[in-house]
Amino acid sequence: MAIYLDNAATTRMRPEALAAFVAQAQAAGNPSSTHSAGQDARFAVESGRVEVALSLGADPAEVIFTGGGTESINIAIKGLYWAAVARDRTRNVIVAPEGEHHATLESLEWLEQAQGAEVVWVPVDRDARVSPEAVAAILAERAGEVAVVTLMLANNEVGTVQPVAEVAAIAREAGVPVHVDAVSAYGQLPIDFRRLGVSALSVSAHKIGGPVGVGALVVHRSVSISPLVHGGGQERRIHSGTVNTAGIAAFAAAAAAMHAELEAEAGRLRTLRDELIAGISAVVPQAIVTGDRGVDPSAPGRLPGNVHVVLPGCEGDSIVFLLDREGFLASNGSACTAGVAQPSHVLRAMGFSEQDSRSGLRITLGHDTSASDIHRLIDVLPGVYAAALDAGMAAREPQTF
Amino acid sequence: MRVLAAMSGGVDSAVAAARAVEAGHEVVGVHLALSRMPGTVRAGARGCCTIEDSMDAMRAAKSLGIDYYVWDFSERFKLDVVDDFVAEYAAGRTPNPCLRCNERIKFAALLEKALALGFDAVCTGHYAKVVTDSAGNKQLHRAAAWAKDQSYVLGVLTAEQLEHAMFPLGDTPSKDLVRAEAERRGLSVAHKPDSYDICFISDGDTQGWLADHIPAAPGKIIDRSGEVLGHHDGTHNFTVGQRKGMAIGHPAPDGKPRYVLEVRPVSREVVVGPKAALAVSELAGSRFSWCGQPPVFEGGEPMDITVQVRAHGEQVPARLTQVERKLGGPELIVRVNEPLDGVAPGQSAVIYQGTRVLGQATIERTVSADLTSADLTSADLTSADLTSSDTASAAAASVSTVSTAAISADTATAAAAIPAEMATASL
Repeated sequence: MAIYLDNAATTRMRPEALAAFVAQAQAAGNPSSTHSAGQDARFAVESGRVEVALSLGADPAEVIFTGGGTESINIAIKGLYWAAVARDRTRNVIVAPEGEHHATLESLEWLEQAQGAEVVWVPVDRDARVSPEAVAAILAERAGEVAVVTLMLANNEVGTVQPVAEVAAIAREAGVPVHVDAVSAYGQLPIDFRRLGVSALSVSAHKIGGPVGVGALVVHRSVSISPLVHGGGQERRIHSGTVNTAGIAAFAAAAAAMHAELEAEAGRLRTLRDELIAGISAVVPQAIVTGDRGVDPSAPGRLPGNVHVVLPGCEGDSIVFLLDREGFLASNGSACTAGVAQPSHVLRAMGFSEQDSRSGLRITLGHDTSASDIHRLIDVLPGVYAAALDAGMAAREPQTF
Repeated sequence: MRVLAAMSGGVDSAVAAARAVEAGHEVVGVHLALSRMPGTVRAGARGCCTIEDSMDAMRAAKSLGIDYYVWDFSERFKLDVVDDFVAEYAAGRTPNPCLRCNERIKFAALLEKALALGFDAVCTGHYAKVVTDSAGNKQLHRAAAWAKDQSYVLGVLTAEQLEHAMFPLGDTPSKDLVRAEAERRGLSVAHKPDSYDICFISDGDTQGWLADHIPAAPGKIIDRSGEVLGHHDGTHNFTVGQRKGMAIGHPAPDGKPRYVLEVRPVSREVVVGPKAALAVSELAGSRFSWCGQPPVFEGGEPMDITVQVRAHGEQVPARLTQVERKLGGPELIVRVNEPLDGVAPGQSAVIYQGTRVLGQATIERTVSADLTSADLTSADLTSADLTSSDTASAAAASVSTVSTAAISADTATAAAAIPAEMATASL
């Protein structure tokens, strides 16, 4: 069987989550109904809310169940923006680092084009990290104009962890709400909503062994968010629509399992990660390890399960193809709908050339990754690299026969 | 063999892949992403490379039990096909982007990558045949489905490219049979409409698309004597042989329709005239390639061939010579036995012997067969004053008087055109 090393894209569902899903899907009952079946469903949802809140260091009442990470991010960014503009029409600036996920990028571009927002992009460094001082400078310069600051807890492509608590402290001083996209960090790093000091935080169940199609938006009890979708007023009026009881039960089961083993599992993944990075550097010295190497204890670090390298001269889709033939399922970064590898906007923001930005290889480890998987990958990498190098940069170097 | 099946999402490439699987090859399906900003759904029968197409291709691949990938060639496609298409129109020429795509993308970029990644051949759903001759060399032939034959757009392939090309539909007598086979195999694309026109111009409006890519450059519409008949917004809106789209207020003296005879982008002139003036007796080009083994010209004698100048055009009998020139390398000269209409610089002349494709040349200049062309001014005709008697006298026997003036590419912009002093070919 192929070795799955694309856990940042999605994870295999945990057995306890699958069992919870099946059990709940067999039960009738809308949690909004008042009869006993409805109450049973409501009990499952509210128990799930407690589990998910525990895994995020939030109060259960602050957890809004949504249809997934992208939806949470959209609700948070647009909702916080609209709420700010409704209070003060001149607060139309949104501050965000470069290299954010497409859910954020596209939301911001839409707000700019259709809703009168102005986005101020904060440059990131070679590791894809944003500096709190740069955010502070923008908030000082645009004092009274900023509606919301949004940033990732960790980059989904290169795994660099952002100094979110520092940014949040600066924004709090300036009276600006902060949304944090914690989708890729969830299940990898301990997340404490209170300690981060942010207004809203987005996560998704399928990154931690839960099902696709359910996520959570944590909204601080003091923060108001304007809804995207209107209807029955479920989930604090922020996410109307019949509540996904089975999905939430499975999400909660995955969250509980993940939370219980997080510290040990993160340590195990870190060891594998460092072994893989060292192994790649040894067998393919041309590989450029991107992002925070995760060795400086004073820096916020790198996701325990993330390894990302640039293989100069290799087309990303050649690498993925060749690894697939060898039985390893990895990725170039984030995939688009048509499955086309595009130059990575994250690598571009980090200062890589457009050509190198097509040459990324992301290997993301998960709860089912073993040490022997890593060793076998290191064994095949030199051959894969040589063949991909031979295939060249098809998109860039016109050749003639 | 390890075969890479290029799968567009259409019925032809799906059936071609199926046949390659059935023949026992180890097949992997690859969809070429050719657009940076793919549309989500096809608009009618036009266009390709949408996400809908890539999903159709994936469903076909999975139902054949083969692996499937999407490879991005959008940058190469833009450089080698789209930009080339724009530059050719801007230079007053008439390109064929499908031919260019086969030459530069499917059987170059894709094939090179496939070979580097361990494949032996690229398989497509083109209607054409690859035949191995007695010496073991590959030849390209017309498809059994004559009406669907696509050998014209494959005429640019070289011997080495042909060596790694696989066209499993070549022996099938009709597309209906391919659709029936797709249905029998349970392929969901069995009844998908054919795609027409140019894939990157999704609404089929080539002139409108060109207007977005080439700045307007107003100029004059003139007749062959130089008299101004009207005005236009840009020479890129005109192709030799075109009849519509000319805003000329008054009819021709003889009351007959006027046709575009020549496009001169530098002086921004479009020359129009009667249909008879479209006829050419000879066409020539120095950018040519042999599709397999080069032919042997016995004692320099012209060779009997047929020539086709458009993807869906007729083939006409002609004589072929290869001319060595002092400068600029050899040139192919095709003299048609009967005058040929609507031949524009930039088009490919694909050369056949029977069903076999010998090779092709990009047409750089043509010689008019028009008997009434005496009033032609030669002011602009710097390139192709084919006055060399040896060439002119050898022109088609059915044309008693061969015009000394050629309808030519505008040499100042057409990179491959020949300076005047080189026009006297040394045979």
